[in-house]
Amino acid sequence: MPTRRVFLKSSALAMFGVGSVPTWLSRAVYAKDAPGERKKILIAIFQRGAVDGLNVVIPHGEPAYYGLRPSIAVPRPDGSERSAIDLDGHFGLHPALRGMKPLWDQRQLAIVEAVGSPDPTRSHFDAQDYMESGTPGLKATTDGWLNRALQPEPHPCPLRAVSMTPDLPRSLRGKNEALAINKIDDFQVKDARVAATFESMYGTSPDQVLNGTGRETFEAIKIMQSIQKAPYTPANGVHYPGGRLGQSLQQIARIIKADVGLEVAFTDVGGWDTHVNEVGPQPHTGQLANLLHEFGDSLAAFSQDMGDRMADITVVTMSEFGRTVKENGDRGTDHGHANVMFVLGGDVRGGKVYGDWPGLAQEQLYESRDLNVTTDFRAVLSELVQKQLGNREITSVFPGFTTTRSVRGILAA
Amino acid sequence: MGSVDREVPFRSTKILVAIVLLVLCPLVLAKDKKPPKKIKASQNPPQYAAFAKPLPQTDKLHQALDRLTFGPHPGDLQTLEQTGLLKWIEMELHPERVPENPILMQRLEPLASLGMNIHDTYTHFPPPQMIIAVARGKAPLPDDPELRAIVVRLADRYLEKRNEAVSATAVRSPVTQLPGAPGVLNSNLPTDVQKAVESKAQDPNDDSDLDLKVKLETILTPDQINVLRNGKPAEKRALLENLPADKRTNFVWALRPKQRQQLIAMAPVELRRELMLSVNPQGVVTNDLTEGKLLRAIYSNHQLEELLLDFWFNHFNVFINKGSDRFTVPTYEREAIRPYVFGKFYDLLLATAKSPAMLFYLDNWQSEGADSQANRPRPFAAKPQPKRGLNENYGRELMELHTLGVDGGYTQQDVINAARCFTGWTIAGPRKGGGFEYNDKMHDKGEKVVLGHVIRAGGGMNDGIEVLQILAHHPSTAHFISLQLARRFVADDPPPSLVNRMADTFLRTDGDLRELTRMMIESPEFWSEGAYRAKVKTPFEMVVSAVRATNGDVTSAFLLGQELNKLGEPLYRKIEPTGYSNANAEWISSAALLDRMNFALALAHNRVPGIKVDVAQWQTVSAQNPMALARQILQQDPSEQTQSAIQKALNDPELQKQLAQNAKAGPPQVPSLIAGLVIGSPEFQRR
Repeated sequence: MPTRRVFLKSSALAMFGVGSVPTWLSRAVYAKDAPGERKKILIAIFQRGAVDGLNVVIPHGEPAYYGLRPSIAVPRPDGSERSAIDLDGHFGLHPALRGMKPLWDQRQLAIVEAVGSPDPTRSHFDAQDYMESGTPGLKATTDGWLNRALQPEPHPCPLRAVSMTPDLPRSLRGKNEALAINKIDDFQVKDARVAATFESMYGTSPDQVLNGTGRETFEAIKIMQSIQKAPYTPANGVHYPGGRLGQSLQQIARIIKADVGLEVAFTDVGGWDTHVNEVGPQPHTGQLANLLHEFGDSLAAFSQDMGDRMADITVVTMSEFGRTVKENGDRGTDHGHANVMFVLGGDVRGGKVYGDWPGLAQEQLYESRDLNVTTDFRAVLSELVQKQLGNREITSVFPGFTTTRSVRGILAA
Repeated sequence: MGSVDREVPFRSTKILVAIVLLVLCPLVLAKDKKPPKKIKASQNPPQYAAFAKPLPQTDKLHQALDRLTFGPHPGDLQTLEQTGLLKWIEMELHPERVPENPILMQRLEPLASLGMNIHDTYTHFPPPQMIIAVARGKAPLPDDPELRAIVVRLADRYLEKRNEAVSATAVRSPVTQLPGAPGVLNSNLPTDVQKAVESKAQDPNDDSDLDLKVKLETILTPDQINVLRNGKPAEKRALLENLPADKRTNFVWALRPKQRQQLIAMAPVELRRELMLSVNPQGVVTNDLTEGKLLRAIYSNHQLEELLLDFWFNHFNVFINKGSDRFTVPTYEREAIRPYVFGKFYDLLLATAKSPAMLFYLDNWQSEGADSQANRPRPFAAKPQPKRGLNENYGRELMELHTLGVDGGYTQQDVINAARCFTGWTIAGPRKGGGFEYNDKMHDKGEKVVLGHVIRAGGGMNDGIEVLQILAHHPSTAHFISLQLARRFVADDPPPSLVNRMADTFLRTDGDLRELTRMMIESPEFWSEGAYRAKVKTPFEMVVSAVRATNGDVTSAFLLGQELNKLGEPLYRKIEPTGYSNANAEWISSAALLDRMNFALALAHNRVPGIKVDVAQWQTVSAQNPMALARQILQQDPSEQTQSAIQKALNDPELQKQLAQNAKAGPPQVPSLIAGLVIGSPEFQRR
């Protein structure tokens, strides 16, 4: 049976003709022959709705945490399934994240605490927009940080930037090509007889928007066809959770393993806006626990499926803001300020909580209610953009951002 | 014809301005800066130059049909020409003067929940929370014998599932057969197990193993079972329709989920609703709404009203799968939105503020003043009451999304104080189909300052009314609403000249939405090159316009709704209070374009479930001149590029050979191919 790589080689020739194979494709095709050429990959996961970071990574060493959250706090680590999983004597993982603990132990997983946006907004929509544009406080920005993080290429691979979402998210909007995919297998013109006709219509259309997007569509279709031919079985007997995040990560894994030039991927997962009944009758149950279960298991499955390839991959998670330190009257939390980010990957110097912890005592809180931001989210992303994507032009990726105090060294240089 | 140019820029008279200034709310005069100076389209910044170039007359007709309807049917252009543009616009602005399409009325008829009030919706389509309440003996069974049977069955299943989950923990209680008797309740279940089971029971999509006790063999003959497993769709449908009514429910319960979905999908509307009612009553409500919206968009004679309804519902978005919204949304759309799309903005705002749908969606129903009576400890209460508190959600979205806009000049303190004003605006029995209620015990009685206005201590429900008054007449609201409307109806980035004049009109007319809409439609910018074909269709608009352009007959709006889900715009299920973006370019991505092309091809080959397209209608014209068919569907000339691509395809010997072979098997495919290519073309994606 011919390998997919052989197939790719021949289909590349069929697609573009001898002598005109774009650089991205030849790089993809010959990636295994010249491993040094293989690109590093950055994956961003957005937790929409503002996850309650204080109940994700539990500051169990803080008495104030238990004082302010009498009915929704996760108990101090005691080894039981209802208590936090200790990490460093001060912080612990929510018990629903036990799937991620081995990654921490293997030092592939780092945590950044008290990270967030300098903008004070508590509007989901604004805060998401600012985090995705990478320019807090500036609404006029039209593109997203992840798009700007890509370096211009004369013949970019159509699959260099992929979002596993129905529509292209703000993070990936911009002048570099990026693709939103719902399902890999559905990505084709169903009537092959007229695929070329549509391609020519859109390829020659004077309508700038539709012409641009149309061209990208047809280039991507061709690459997808090569991926579609090989059915996907995750490595190491891994089963991804059935929810949206698990399925998205599985499809990203499939694209990565196809070596078609992926550089950045994005996906999102919602449901974190836990104003009411965030925590169930038991501290380790309820809405947040259910969501974290899928979240942790999906990341763990992805990491196992990728195996050695994790050396090239970094995953970062983010959410628009944190939630109030004090629980509200409905066993939930309201919109707050600083939050927590995870960074996962082969180059990650993990097993460590980064960032200055500002404390939870009344006088240490932001506006007397929220966790203070001590690390600008752009500081974390900057390091990933520089080291993972090799883009040193941080001033153009995050215009106006100058880091004063910052976390460094999350990734090995 | 031809009178729009003359009328448009001079519409607002000085007298009107004078009168309106006299009666203007003193509030507005008192607090605000001067409105920005009016500018003409020609004075906009250079990037808006195209909005100063008037359209040629013929394009105005296209613009009217593209922008003020869901897209033309074949023949609409001629009708518009005969009626005259001005008169036609006036008719769209006054739908009450135009009789509704009888075909639409007939198709809406079976969708009974559309006309029901909240309480009736709750009782006729028992939501999961009612089933659970009955199962726990906390709610009575319905009086209606048929409904009673359904509720008993679902409650029984709920208890059964709960027991399954518990059996692992060895606290097996006997399954109750519920002929009205409450089941074994509040048993020794660990509460978390109970919760987990509940959340599963509340999942409307969970229809696995409805009832293992019902066996197909007891309902159907072996032959019938064979039809069910291996029959053709028509045979299955006949089997279903011929089943006696008393067997149908059992039958549905005995099916595997996949079989059930297939049968429900192919059943005619009345039968389908009956089947769904027995397994997922609440799903019927969501489907009725979705189907009604699609049918109206496709068939209604009141096209502008439907477009505005879509706009305003989206502006005041609620999400139908959140708790009580499962049974309040039909009433919300019918009573809080529709009556006001040509009414006063304040009335619309008030209606949404008081609607159980919005109160539940943005949590205001449970927001209590920190020091309100309801929030004080009750020493003699039988059990400790959960302490609630202020919920800022509605206060924030009210300002950010409904009125002022995020840059409208309010602070976090304004949000908190507005939220305090609305404490006590709640729902009487939110989970039992109750309506709006003001509960003074929940109200924060303190003094509040909102946007500089002092709302005195000791007030009641009127505190909220005052906030709505302030917001509805605020210049930021006038600007934000105008911007949103122009963004939806004119261009993603509408010219400031237009938005400013609209904001003036808003303030001058006390937020009269008919006048605001009229002013926008009659503005020179609306009829400019900048606005022409400037909007990308949303998936909803794309699907509806395609059905209209092909004269498609809706055989199942239910199935068509599922197609729309695949295209990325599930109706009534936008979770965020932002609604869908009015800047339509955001709908365009590689994946979205591909989905549209595939939908177009399927539709033109009569292969979209739920729509019957008469492909024979195109034969004559296509045989004479393929481009004439393209023109008929687009209602104007396709671009050169589209024409040449289609021509090239038709001349392709390989395709001709294939078509010739297929022609022996069925009807000629060339017309469908042309139609599919046109509907999937770049020009059809715009309006």
